[in-house]
Amino acid sequence: MKKMLVLGALAAMLASGTALADTSGKKIAFSNNYAGNSWRQAMLDSYSIVTKKAVEDKVVAAADIFTTADKEVPTQAAQVQNLILQGYDAIVINAASPDALNGAIKQACDVGIVVVSFDGIVTEPCAYRVVVDFKDMGRQEIEQMAKFQPKGGNLLEIRGLAGTSIDDAIHAGILEGVAARPEFKIVGSVTGDWDQTTAQKAVATILPSLPDIVGVVDQGGDGYGAAQAFAAAGKPRPTIIMGNRQDELQWWKEQKDKDGYQTWSASIAPGVSSLAFWVAQQVLDGRTDIPHDLLVPYLAFTQDDFEAELPKIVKGGVASHEYTQEDAIAAIKANIK
Amino acid sequence: MLRSLLPALSLVLVLLAIAWLNPRAISYFGFSLMLNLAIPIALATIAQMFVIAGNELDLSIGTFVGFVGCVTATWLKDAPLIGVLILLGSIGVYALLGALIHLRNLPSIVVTLGMSFVWQGLAILVLPKPGGKAPDWLLSLMAFKPPLVPFPIIAALLIAAVVHFGLMRTSYGVILRGSGGNAAALERAGWSLLRTKIVLFALAGLFGVLSGMALIGITTSADANIGNGYTLLSIAGVILGGGEFVGGRVSPIGAVLGALTLALAASPLLTFMHIPPDWQVAANGAILIIVLAARVLISRRER
Repeated sequence: MKKMLVLGALAAMLASGTALADTSGKKIAFSNNYAGNSWRQAMLDSYSIVTKKAVEDKVVAAADIFTTADKEVPTQAAQVQNLILQGYDAIVINAASPDALNGAIKQACDVGIVVVSFDGIVTEPCAYRVVVDFKDMGRQEIEQMAKFQPKGGNLLEIRGLAGTSIDDAIHAGILEGVAARPEFKIVGSVTGDWDQTTAQKAVATILPSLPDIVGVVDQGGDGYGAAQAFAAAGKPRPTIIMGNRQDELQWWKEQKDKDGYQTWSASIAPGVSSLAFWVAQQVLDGRTDIPHDLLVPYLAFTQDDFEAELPKIVKGGVASHEYTQEDAIAAIKANIK
Repeated sequence: MLRSLLPALSLVLVLLAIAWLNPRAISYFGFSLMLNLAIPIALATIAQMFVIAGNELDLSIGTFVGFVGCVTATWLKDAPLIGVLILLGSIGVYALLGALIHLRNLPSIVVTLGMSFVWQGLAILVLPKPGGKAPDWLLSLMAFKPPLVPFPIIAALLIAAVVHFGLMRTSYGVILRGSGGNAAALERAGWSLLRTKIVLFALAGLFGVLSGMALIGITTSADANIGNGYTLLSIAGVILGGGEFVGGRVSPIGAVLGALTLALAASPLLTFMHIPPDWQVAANGAILIIVLAARVLISRRER
């Protein structure tokens, strides 16, 4: 009878999926292929803040970060293999290539290691993927634009790094949004590579050939550059969607203080690395109901709350959010259909 | 004497360090994992060694390996005949480069640097987005688990033995090395320098193809940028293995050992040392410099 009770309690605890002490002996490694820009630095910071606390609280035994010296696929594949040899229980990975690491990832799964990928995801079916809903972000840009420009009009689109899945998804979302709201029309498209300087040059080049623009839809990291290009060309300032970068929000604030300028800002939070960590922890905790593809929300700011966030972002940085274990459990729940 | 033992010595040192840091790695499973990505590096190093044997340098081998990888993961699987023809054709291109460099007396660094962009561009054309899949026979070959001795070690021994015999033990091998050592003497003796250069570059192309195929057999899928790091790794491997930039002085066994040492020193050693993330990139470079500097110091004392 007593045994039954204990078993019952154990089953209840497992079913509730909350953190138990039983991951306290587990070691989680973070395999990262690149650390050379502000987004990646913020990603590493968020990760180490969250994991340091998790180790102190004895949620996990260790959470070490490994960054490769170059962006190369073979280097990271070798790194994953070494982490297997090190005896880690889980690997959180921001991968150099969605496909070319599958061999090493499969080797990890085969010895029972939990692999959770995010941002740079891997397609190997045995791994978990934490994916931000970029398509919805694109769609939402048009929805927000409709609030600020109810009459509709011509839009300029700034694309991201060509050939990446992120650029593809945001673009598809924007096209869907425009299809649903025929009052908007995309009259021009440039490539900004998520970079202010590149975006500014590209927008400045195309501006003279365009009719009047009411709004700019983009992918983040390019909004400030676009604003500079419009100002330099002496064109009226359109509604530019922002991407959570410090310089973008700063410009937004300046404009708002001047004449009540309105827009919207969204991007993937670098802190999604910490969410991937908690997902790995949850899997190690024995949860078997977690879907391998987890869609998580992006980080957005509106007219009302962006000013509160601005002082928290370092100059040249990007807004982030450190996820908690509860956030992860909620995100997993939202993905179980 | 010490000089010829040096490549083996540095490999043993790195292995001892790994054994000390992570004893678990010194096992059948450990060696299979740590060394399997060293096979493509060893093959690329042998390719580079042939070029260096002829007093030239190949800056395109990395992107060439990437191009071969993309062809392997697409054409070679879907239409094997076309795939084989493309790969043979690319070896032909390498041979032609050798001829061009000899006939026009062009600096090989310039020609191969240009070619590196050509190969990269072709790789992106073949595979615009990462993906593709290695042919099944290649996957099972690279995942082969022989009894007792791990596959990468057998492969390394085989590569070293075949190339050592061909280049060091046959009479035409002597001519090939001689074309880098004393070209004028060879020409006076009636040997065609054009032919030796073509053969050396064609061999480099052949081993480049093998390297790309081996790499895709391990990673299972390709990426246009997958081989970019191999250019410098292969040069470092040749030098670490006791080769010299001029004079046709190379050693196939040394080159394979050098490639293994580099593969082990760069990644497993670094991972096992638990260096803080901010320092990892710099530490990787430092290990390479230390390993190469030790080789230079000892070989200088020999003189």
